[in-house]
Amino acid sequence: MTRYRGNVEAVRNLVRETEVHRDVYIDDEVFALEMEHLFANAWIYVGTTIGAQPVLMVRHTDDSVKELHNRCPHKGTRITTDTCGNTGKFFRCPYHAWTFRTDGSLFFIPLRKGYENTGLETSHASEGISPVRHVRNYRGFVFAKLNDTGPDFEEFFGESLSSIDNMVDRSPAGRLEVAGGVLRYMHNCNWKMLVENQTDTTHPMVAHESSAGTAIEVWKKAPPGAKKPMAVEIYAPFMAPYEFFENMGIRVWPNGHGHTGVHHSIHSDYSAVPGYFESMAAAYGEERAKAILDENRHNTIYFPNLMVKGPIQLLRLFKPIAADKTLVESWTFRLVDAPDMLLERTLMYNRLINAPTSVVGHDDLEMYERAQEGLRVDANQWINVQRLYDPSERHDATAVANGTTEWQMRNQFRAWSKFMTLSM
Amino acid sequence: MVEVHDVVDVMGASMEAPTNQQLIDFVIHEARLIDQHRLDEWLDLFTDDGIYWMPLEWGQTDPKLTTSLMYEDKLLLTIRIERLKGKRTYSQKPKSRCHHVLQTPQIDKRDEANNEFVTWTPMHYVETRYDDQQLYAAWATHTLAVVDGKLRIRLKRVDLVNCDAAFGNIQLFM
Repeated sequence: MTRYRGNVEAVRNLVRETEVHRDVYIDDEVFALEMEHLFANAWIYVGTTIGAQPVLMVRHTDDSVKELHNRCPHKGTRITTDTCGNTGKFFRCPYHAWTFRTDGSLFFIPLRKGYENTGLETSHASEGISPVRHVRNYRGFVFAKLNDTGPDFEEFFGESLSSIDNMVDRSPAGRLEVAGGVLRYMHNCNWKMLVENQTDTTHPMVAHESSAGTAIEVWKKAPPGAKKPMAVEIYAPFMAPYEFFENMGIRVWPNGHGHTGVHHSIHSDYSAVPGYFESMAAAYGEERAKAILDENRHNTIYFPNLMVKGPIQLLRLFKPIAADKTLVESWTFRLVDAPDMLLERTLMYNRLINAPTSVVGHDDLEMYERAQEGLRVDANQWINVQRLYDPSERHDATAVANGTTEWQMRNQFRAWSKFMTLSM
Repeated sequence: MVEVHDVVDVMGASMEAPTNQQLIDFVIHEARLIDQHRLDEWLDLFTDDGIYWMPLEWGQTDPKLTTSLMYEDKLLLTIRIERLKGKRTYSQKPKSRCHHVLQTPQIDKRDEANNEFVTWTPMHYVETRYDDQQLYAAWATHTLAVVDGKLRIRLKRVDLVNCDAAFGNIQLFM
């Protein structure tokens, strides 16, 4: 039975002003439509997939970054399964040795005479590995859009790019390097639950009482005067009172982007790392260095499925696999020319908070999986996103609000509705 | 009357340099404490500066500038163990259980002069919760020392055969 395919009204009706229907999380057809429409009309942060489709990213001979659909035009074999490496001047399919330039164009077919007078030149295969048409490399972060519909890169992201800017500017050299390894964490829940959680500021002191609260209690038994360890600095702010999160502020931007931590965040009070400010001041001047480091944005959502954490140089990518299955990848970066201690802290944060072995992650995943099951209840089929709603709230606005508002969640669902139906 | 023999009795005896058998018994006893949820006793097996390390990368050498699944000192291990006792530890309602199957530990190093003994133990580890049962295969490397006449863990390193795979929750200790 198809309820949503070919029925744009039914898709629109899933999102109301302050509530959303459970089918956005649990329905297989809605998930399939997300992959076909939402993930094709929006700009998606890329590495090896866009939605459900395998892609590959390669630096071409002219130094530009190309994004290619990762299938041989011949039989469909994935051209590469490596997550990184150097292909040399060409890609060579491992099945029949068809060879392609790094812009995807066909270079060589063995035993080519077998295609003489067959009209190969008018086939899909002769076009080589199809490139993704819309690709943008923004300060080393590569985004792509599959469809021609939808806004261009600048219009789509607008001012939200300032969070990536701040993360990169935190390097005295203005450059990041991928470092430390990638934590991969499988979640049996819908990808949007994870995205919403990133700006959910009324859950930490509840769901994470068992981890952060215990960390505080255990640390209380430390000998007086003992220096607070990095791990306690990382855990403790999760237990900050509601007022802390109310006052931190949330900023929303058009097209579903937004961030927590406008005024301060859980990352504001980390100990200074010796030598870091000095090297920043030498690179930028004292005033500019201070401005860069005073920005303590907590989580920035790049709609639909990326979160960036500038102050600790980390991003999380929520990769949809099925309506009830999401792979979370947590990537970390080294600030080029900054002390190693910063990377050490970044990696400690990543393993304490984002690893499959993380006591913070355990309780989050427990909440998502309980929700994925709870949504089977027929008696109530709606999810509430009403906190601090004001009927005069503008759609697609730039605004700053109380840090416990669910405006950003509403913002995401309005964008969801927009980019889902744009090509229907 | 036959006395029930738990290797903990062996562990209780004061020693200067452990025999190979004592090293083997220690490693087997350590896994048993985890399986029986005797985690306070388990934590006491670590030296004050002891570390539990679960690398993320195959053959990882750097625990700090490369991410690990776990790299935890006694403070962090204490937080984990205390958390498991809490009333609001939602991911442990219901609680997980675990089960170790060890190969006989092999003695990789005996350095009595420097009080360092290293064992290597291939193992299968099962963690269960609800109807879900996960099987992990790993190698445990124990770096042990004699402290106040007793064997203690300076470093327990657990290398999963699929350390870089995407896992769901791993909630207990391997």
